[in-house]
Amino acid sequence: MSGEHILELRGITKDFPGVRAVNKVDFDLRRGEVHAVVGENGAGKSTLMNILGGVLQPDSGDLFLDSRPVRFVDVADAGRNGIAVVFQELSLVPSLSVAENIYFNRQPTDRIGFVASGKLHKATQQLLGLFNLQVGPARAVAELSMAHRQIIEVLKAISLRPRILILDEPTSSLSATEIDRLFDNILRLKSEGVSFIYISHHLPEIFRIADRVTVLRDGKIAGTFGIGEVDEESLVKRMVGRELTNMYGKRISQIGETYFQVERSDGDTKTAFNLRLALGKGEIVGIAGLIGSGRSELAMEIVGITPNRQCIVLLNNQQFRFRYPAESIEQGVVYLTENRKELGLYLSMSIQDNCVAPTLRSYTNRLGFISDHQIGLAALDARHRFNIATPSVRKLVGQLSGGNQQKVLLAMWTGARPKVLIVDEPTRGVDVGAKAEIYRLLRDLAASGIGILMISSELQEILGLSDRILVMRNHRLVAEFSREEATEEKVILAATGLAERAKKLSGQEL
Amino acid sequence: MKTDVEPKGGPTLQSEQPSQLMFERLRRLTSFREFMIMAIVIAGCLVMWITTPIFMTFGNWSALLLQVSIECIVAIGMTILLVSGGFDLSVGSTFAFAGAMTAMTMSSGLPPWAALLVGLAAGAVIGFCNGFIIAKIGINPFVTTLAMMSMVRGMLLVITRGRNISGLPESFRVIGQGNVHGVQNPIWIALLMVLVGDILLRKARFFRQNYYLGGNERAAMLSGIRIDRLKIFNYSLTGLLAAFAGIIMTARLGAASVTAGTGLELKVISAVIIGGASLKGGEGTILGSFLGSLLMGILVGALTILGVDVYWNTFVIGATLLLAVLIDTFGRSRRKLP
Repeated sequence: MSGEHILELRGITKDFPGVRAVNKVDFDLRRGEVHAVVGENGAGKSTLMNILGGVLQPDSGDLFLDSRPVRFVDVADAGRNGIAVVFQELSLVPSLSVAENIYFNRQPTDRIGFVASGKLHKATQQLLGLFNLQVGPARAVAELSMAHRQIIEVLKAISLRPRILILDEPTSSLSATEIDRLFDNILRLKSEGVSFIYISHHLPEIFRIADRVTVLRDGKIAGTFGIGEVDEESLVKRMVGRELTNMYGKRISQIGETYFQVERSDGDTKTAFNLRLALGKGEIVGIAGLIGSGRSELAMEIVGITPNRQCIVLLNNQQFRFRYPAESIEQGVVYLTENRKELGLYLSMSIQDNCVAPTLRSYTNRLGFISDHQIGLAALDARHRFNIATPSVRKLVGQLSGGNQQKVLLAMWTGARPKVLIVDEPTRGVDVGAKAEIYRLLRDLAASGIGILMISSELQEILGLSDRILVMRNHRLVAEFSREEATEEKVILAATGLAERAKKLSGQEL
Repeated sequence: MKTDVEPKGGPTLQSEQPSQLMFERLRRLTSFREFMIMAIVIAGCLVMWITTPIFMTFGNWSALLLQVSIECIVAIGMTILLVSGGFDLSVGSTFAFAGAMTAMTMSSGLPPWAALLVGLAAGAVIGFCNGFIIAKIGINPFVTTLAMMSMVRGMLLVITRGRNISGLPESFRVIGQGNVHGVQNPIWIALLMVLVGDILLRKARFFRQNYYLGGNERAAMLSGIRIDRLKIFNYSLTGLLAAFAGIIMTARLGAASVTAGTGLELKVISAVIIGGASLKGGEGTILGSFLGSLLMGILVGALTILGVDVYWNTFVIGATLLLAVLIDTFGRSRRKLP
């Protein structure tokens, strides 16, 4: 192994239940280079970085640091070896000050062992100077904007004086000038011999800062290139290039009249963005976009979880502004959350109690009493229709697998006889077999005349299932494609904000 | 508790074999907290019956149930609160405050029925305030009801100048002192309320929502439950029931005491938890809470009969609570979630 590589990975593999997240990955990082890693959601980037950062242990394969084999047992161990990671989910403690967050657990102390706050603040001030950040070291992180928090997170990693710095989507909430500052700092550290692994969905950034780029697809390496050897379009092709399988099925009925529309106008609130969408009976409309593009937020405004007075829903020519989910459910507009464990299901309750949660009223007689017999029958019916694998409908939902939990969620909400179904990441954390079943269920529901809005970060799913595809970016609809004209490249280009190209490719510009 | 759905053919039922169903039923029965406490109550009674003949006398049970009955009425509200994931520390103060309000308005000439309504209204208003602050402003139940506990007790002292109120009319005292077929009125009232409450919480849709609220508050909101309204209702009901219990107590003693109900909240919460409810919410029944109260009553009664120093009572109640929770925790760890 040559000495120019500070870090080498050989045959790294990591399995999760039902999925091989990282599959025999070979990867190397040279001294003082910025090596970008790109790939779709779920391609295995985060898993790979978690392995490098000591969060996860690989099932097989070897890591070499300075040509020495190493194994990181935890994050602190990786840190001792000079690896620092800035994760996508921020890890700051909001109630603590900027200085205490940066020097978390390693504050300079005086002889007695008390924190030397003078020294602490001075060191912090110096770091803040790197980004020209006008923030006092004693300010609580809770008071800072997301952009500033992201910078603090980077500073925290820099303060560890790492030899390898891993940045996972470091610019997702930064402005253009802040990104410039970040890149200045990366170039400066690079000249001091620090190596970077840089993960981003924003391809233009990668062409600005990276020396080499590696494409991950389905947990495997789909190629490593010098940055001069590729352009954005060929990278996108590498990221998605795969045949669609027929697990998505075919449309089995005609799309009916348009009966559901959403109009969101610019109001006095900061979060409102102009938006207009329409849905026909039996139509499946996919909503694509990057994480944080405002898709779930839109859904939650539509059904009244986070009410927005500017968000008007037209259902069969009747106008609504839902203030509570109770109101939207009554009208048959239902939302299946992406966060089934925290927001969707009652994990400590039985399958049958879950199945009837939004529809208790239909199991109630005139005196207000519930029939448990009816509930049990309904649950058995749901188990059959949704093919939920369980010996008993009294089993606790928390004991089911992810795929079966997702089916319970579907059963729960289709029981509410919806007119419009909004599904958010319907196959997240679900294995391939259950995925195909969920697609079949969605097809059946559409065939029965229900219009479906499907939010998903899985492009294949969006392309395979949707009759029409909407792309969101920065809380706005930026493109619309018919099933025929949509390709993965077009959708990615629109979602990542390569607007010029998206305009050329898109049939309709919104 | 729940009707079993019988396998009557059809494609869904291959896996639910009769033997498995029997086993499932048996498992469910024995995992009933009510079943466990009932067994302990019966076993305890048998031991006491054999060792001390006086235990199984009408007089002893009458005294024991009278004590338990008043706590039970408060426990009905507390059970609903714990099921829904909340709790209320202010019930003891509300208990005393409502009793005093009823007694004072009666002393100043109001007819007993009107005074009773004043007392109940006071309790409902206190509960409503708790519920409003918790549901609409979002302060947690512990802080809110702890503050309310102090404030209400303080108001009571201000209004009464710290003096007890006695000399209440016979027509009022009969609520607490009269009897039907030799059994005192508070016992009848409590038994009736436990029975109705238990059926409502199990079977009525409105009350059943509390299991969802306590099981996962955010999911309950997304499922279309108006959680703020439900919470306010629950706290108001608990205030009302605490007030009612306080008024019955006042009637029984023929006087309102400013120190009435001190420590009642902890006794009631203990009984409810012994009866199978969990502070995490989503679990518990009113029957269980009744049995929990009964178990604590029997325990204290037994200690008295056995001549154990009365100062041990509080210790034993605490130890019972801890034991009940420990047994439950060990029972639970066997069915861990994946």
